[in-house]
Amino acid sequence: MILRELSDAFGVSGNEDDVRAIVLNAVRAHVDEIKIDAMGNVLAVKHGTGQDPLRVMLAAHMDEIGLMVVGHDDNGFLKVRSVGGIDPRLLPGTLFSVGPERLPGVIGVKPVHLLQSGEAKKVSKIEDLAVDIGAQNKDEAEKLAPLGTYATFATRFRELESTVSGKAFDDRAGCAVLVELLRGEPFTFDLHAAFTVQEEVGLRGARVAAFAIDPDCAFALEGTIADEIPKEKDASPTTRLGKGPAITVMDRSFIADRRLVRLLIDTAEDQDIPYQIKQPGLGGTDAGAIHLAREGVPSATVAVPSRYIHSPVALLSMDDFDNTVRLMRESLSRLTCDTLE
Amino acid sequence: MEVVALLKQLSEAEGIAGFEGPIRELVRQSWEPFVDEMHEGKLGSLIGLKRGTGPEPRPKLMFAAHMDEIGLMVTGIEKEFLRIARVGGADPRVLLGLEVMVHGRRKLPGVVATRPPHVLPREERKKAVPLDEIFVDVGLSEEKVRELVSVGDLISIRREMSELKNRRVSGKALDDRACVAAITLSLERLQRVQHAWDVFAVATAQEETGLKGAVTAAYGVAPDAAIALDVTFGEQSDVSKSDTLPLGKGPTIAIGPNFHPKLVERLKEVAKDREIPYHIDPIPGRSGTDAWAIQVTREGVPTALISVPLRYMHQPVETLAVEDVERAGRLLAAFVAESETSLLEDLAWKVDERK
Repeated sequence: MILRELSDAFGVSGNEDDVRAIVLNAVRAHVDEIKIDAMGNVLAVKHGTGQDPLRVMLAAHMDEIGLMVVGHDDNGFLKVRSVGGIDPRLLPGTLFSVGPERLPGVIGVKPVHLLQSGEAKKVSKIEDLAVDIGAQNKDEAEKLAPLGTYATFATRFRELESTVSGKAFDDRAGCAVLVELLRGEPFTFDLHAAFTVQEEVGLRGARVAAFAIDPDCAFALEGTIADEIPKEKDASPTTRLGKGPAITVMDRSFIADRRLVRLLIDTAEDQDIPYQIKQPGLGGTDAGAIHLAREGVPSATVAVPSRYIHSPVALLSMDDFDNTVRLMRESLSRLTCDTLE
Repeated sequence: MEVVALLKQLSEAEGIAGFEGPIRELVRQSWEPFVDEMHEGKLGSLIGLKRGTGPEPRPKLMFAAHMDEIGLMVTGIEKEFLRIARVGGADPRVLLGLEVMVHGRRKLPGVVATRPPHVLPREERKKAVPLDEIFVDVGLSEEKVRELVSVGDLISIRREMSELKNRRVSGKALDDRACVAAITLSLERLQRVQHAWDVFAVATAQEETGLKGAVTAAYGVAPDAAIALDVTFGEQSDVSKSDTLPLGKGPTIAIGPNFHPKLVERLKEVAKDREIPYHIDPIPGRSGTDAWAIQVTREGVPTALISVPLRYMHQPVETLAVEDVERAGRLLAAFVAESETSLLEDLAWKVDERK
């Protein structure tokens, strides 16, 4: 399963090499052109059957959140900072893979037995935490994990009963959807696939990829929030697991193109593909950068709902995944110049 | 014996306090070749006997390390999510993002749910999530969850043991499986050594919920002397040095009211004799270990405590130096080897003794 391979791969923003290698292997045989740009984005073109001059861009980001080593203390502990939006509440007790050799490293906190009153309610700041790789002094720590070393969650992909769990479904789920689309039959237009870098630190890769591709329209493929935990003020679960691909109307990064949203919804209804509208106003994706490229690009985002993104272990439904691939394939089959008239 | 492999097996086994079945089977298998007989106590402790060669009735020495671990229990089902309570002193600060196994009608793998930072109000990101807002998710529909899971089902934490640098290992239940390993190592050594005393190796149950297994196992064994083994706070960056001990510099021998001064002296002598490095761990009162229960068993038992320094106690990343476990095992074996039956006399308080 391509999702397993992608989820287990190491690819913190700025260090996407392992994910890139997997993507290149997975799509090389199914595309007509492929290159890596200056930022590290993988840009591939799958030629269309020729009837339609549209240039359609599909983007999924390869990078994930993680940590970077910024110092070493005298006892061999690694001082770290967050790369992308890592949640300090879930760092204690977490196992990380550190550096290219994937050294196991752990973050622990003061034992519960030794806490002063009130301390249990506080979240330790990342500045006050440290990664323990077993190094015994500063020299050894510097040698094993030099400044700038990346670390990521060490979770492995698992198949549960009707769902799968693993790290980095944001956005390896989107990458896997894009791989599946490239492996399928060609469309009438040229499909421009961008596996982007550095989404988590500010949509950096997508911006230059969109400039280079200069598309007529674009879709960002994502793994998005499904916040279904019971809570007092339940404004919305954002998306729900098992209810099909999530279509964005508006999030913090952009307002989706109404014609593309219409196409997605009409297709889903005609083809009996379950879908849901993501709760407006939350999150942001590569579409936020893509829709501002050059003179502007009509864009939309379609996502696989995923619980617990940005945590060591996220959860998604493979039915939702398969339906996301289906919805995209069917929608792209209907997409023509007229859609955007 | 491959110590790291043994520690890995022990740390990864399931065995929440009160439900020690899987870990007990594992300990039984690893002790089988080294003891003369074994039985299970009424609360679930495992008691192995390795007979000595002294004249009968032989004095009885008891080793105790607890095999139970902390865990979680289902207290309610809300939509398709499970509400939880703690079994033993699990730390709510480390639960978010863990992989777990729910022991329902069948084993259901799951995760501890977290709300992503994207949807959290800024103030909430700084607050630790209280236990009553933490849920376990097995990824099934509410209907399926209600069919397969009941209130009272156990939830164990899943975490493979990792090997860090410098023979340090990190895992979920090294408290106190590391000391079960130390006892195992000592039993293996004793195969090659003549010893006068009968040795009772006990893997106790329900330590984490109040030393229950030690209370009843010690009553059953009725030892003449006992050594409990547990973990103690290892040096880490956010705890003061006076509360902790360094990793890899040897196990500790505890002193204080919980411990018999002559037994402590004897252990120190043996350690010096065999050049086993150790630290003195002063404990002014309640030790919070099986030693606390064993000492007041029946008419009272001379008791000592050997501890292995361990970082991040009650977190799924408990970390220790393998060398310290090996040394604890060597110290135990050496203590047995050097104990003549006359030690019993030496430990006794003398009415006419003057200082």
